[in-house]
Amino acid sequence: MIFKRLFSVTRSLRDSLVLIEGSKGQINPASLSTVFAAAQIGEPITALVVDPSIADGAAKVEGVTKVLKTGKTYNHYLSEQVSPLLKQLIDGKFTHFLISGSSIGKSILPRLGALLDVQPLSDITKVIDGKTFVRPIYAGNALATVKSKDNVVLASVRASAFPPAKEQEAAPIEEVTAQAESDNSAEFVSEELVTSERPELGSATRVVAGGRGLKSKETFDALIDPLAQKLNAAIGASRAAVDSGFCDNSLQVGQTGKIVAPDLYFAIGISGAIQHLAGMKDAKVIVAINKDAEAPIFNVADIGLVGDLEAIVPELTEKI
Amino acid sequence: MSNKLKILVPLKRVIDYAIKPRINKTNTGVETKGVKFSINPFCDIALEESIRLKEKTPELVENIHAVSIGPTKAQDILRTALAKGADTSTLIDVGEETVEPLQVAKLLKKVVEDKKSNLVVLGKQAIDDDSNQTGQMLAGLLNWPQATNASKVEVKGDEVFVTREIDGGADVLKAKLPMVVTVDLRLNEPRYASLPNIMKAKKKPLEKLKLKDLGLDSIDNRLEVVKVEEPPARQAGVKVESVDQLIEKLKELKAL
Repeated sequence: MIFKRLFSVTRSLRDSLVLIEGSKGQINPASLSTVFAAAQIGEPITALVVDPSIADGAAKVEGVTKVLKTGKTYNHYLSEQVSPLLKQLIDGKFTHFLISGSSIGKSILPRLGALLDVQPLSDITKVIDGKTFVRPIYAGNALATVKSKDNVVLASVRASAFPPAKEQEAAPIEEVTAQAESDNSAEFVSEELVTSERPELGSATRVVAGGRGLKSKETFDALIDPLAQKLNAAIGASRAAVDSGFCDNSLQVGQTGKIVAPDLYFAIGISGAIQHLAGMKDAKVIVAINKDAEAPIFNVADIGLVGDLEAIVPELTEKI
Repeated sequence: MSNKLKILVPLKRVIDYAIKPRINKTNTGVETKGVKFSINPFCDIALEESIRLKEKTPELVENIHAVSIGPTKAQDILRTALAKGADTSTLIDVGEETVEPLQVAKLLKKVVEDKKSNLVVLGKQAIDDDSNQTGQMLAGLLNWPQATNASKVEVKGDEVFVTREIDGGADVLKAKLPMVVTVDLRLNEPRYASLPNIMKAKKKPLEKLKLKDLGLDSIDNRLEVVKVEEPPARQAGVKVESVDQLIEKLKELKAL
């Protein structure tokens, strides 16, 4: 009896909205992990797309019970446009709102929190129950279990902590009309995206990352690229490598860059500062190659090899 | 009427970035006794950018006001900010209490209104709670445009052009003042305060406020910290001697 009542109460307390990101028909993989996290809170899950080209794809994400799509595309996901729309949809109707911890999610979620007068939770890595979540603090050196006292739970989801949701039969799609939008918006001017044939760093199952030990952009390209290609891995880098111009900013792994949790992570010429470890220590297998036997990276590496990168990496690339 | 920039730079006092924090015995937070504290590195970059803007185009900037919300000791980081080049400062002394980003944003909104700021430059996140929320929230409360994760900021007339670091590359946004900008790591290299400037900073204004001065009794935090734990430790790995052994080991672990 009591059980039944509790069950029905908790059921009615869950009604989640998830913003699914993507463009040109392609869903951002981080959003699939976000739906997986929402499913752990419970159903129903309503997916919102503000780019109608991904509505059909969103309907086929396992766990999604309904898709809301906007009539127009909110190009570039400007937070001044999207946050008021979300406020209008959520207010009084949803108990939970989840978004991925991508650069888009991080820009939109807090603004929405301010509009709803709710304190959001950033980068959750575990769902305990509908109100209680785990999130890393201090660059991943501590895990905080936090309980929200707000009526609505707003959270961003760390994609590397949840697997992507699978496919299902398509859920129904409904169009929503939005009245709310801020007239005080930033405007998009231009963008410059790094094109790469390598898998996307955030969702890759294998990552080959280089650090200061590679000494120059030329050695970075000559050693890291072929190994990554051979393994079909994404390329990553430490802050030192990025700051020295060995590769693009967007490849930085760490507290202030991407957080990854691939099956296999190669740290080549990376010492293993705590800010870097924050971005990769949840990888399943970590391999460290470094000439300094005392480098802290060896404390987290499953397999370590001490020696000269310029000899080891080409040999490895050839023999794998 | 003057259209000059009145920049507000919020600064947070955090455990120094080079220190590995330790969980306290009661599992309620991290140990703070006897630990070195500094300006949050991203806040330092926000301050540096504001100072450079003023140095490069003094005719554009009327004032740089630094503000910190935290314990009495947070006045140390405000003195540092004044020594680096901030003109004036405010400490909102909340004692040892934790203040969540939403409440920080609400307090900052009051300061913005009081100081008539038209550009707020913040760090993109604090390295203690890693929330990455306050700037966006302040922009939302004020209904101002926002540009997050700035790697370049240019003021042209009444418009601000911001290059942002986004997943997969960079983009450029522009907005009319007033606006909120949060800064990323690569925007600049913060300076050190020189000794003469540290001496001069002692004479610069540092206004001290308590919550009740702002018409508040207490901080309305919304999150309850149930516990704080160490992340699970990784099992010790092995060191191998050669590439062949490395490959063999990878196969053993089914990683290849």
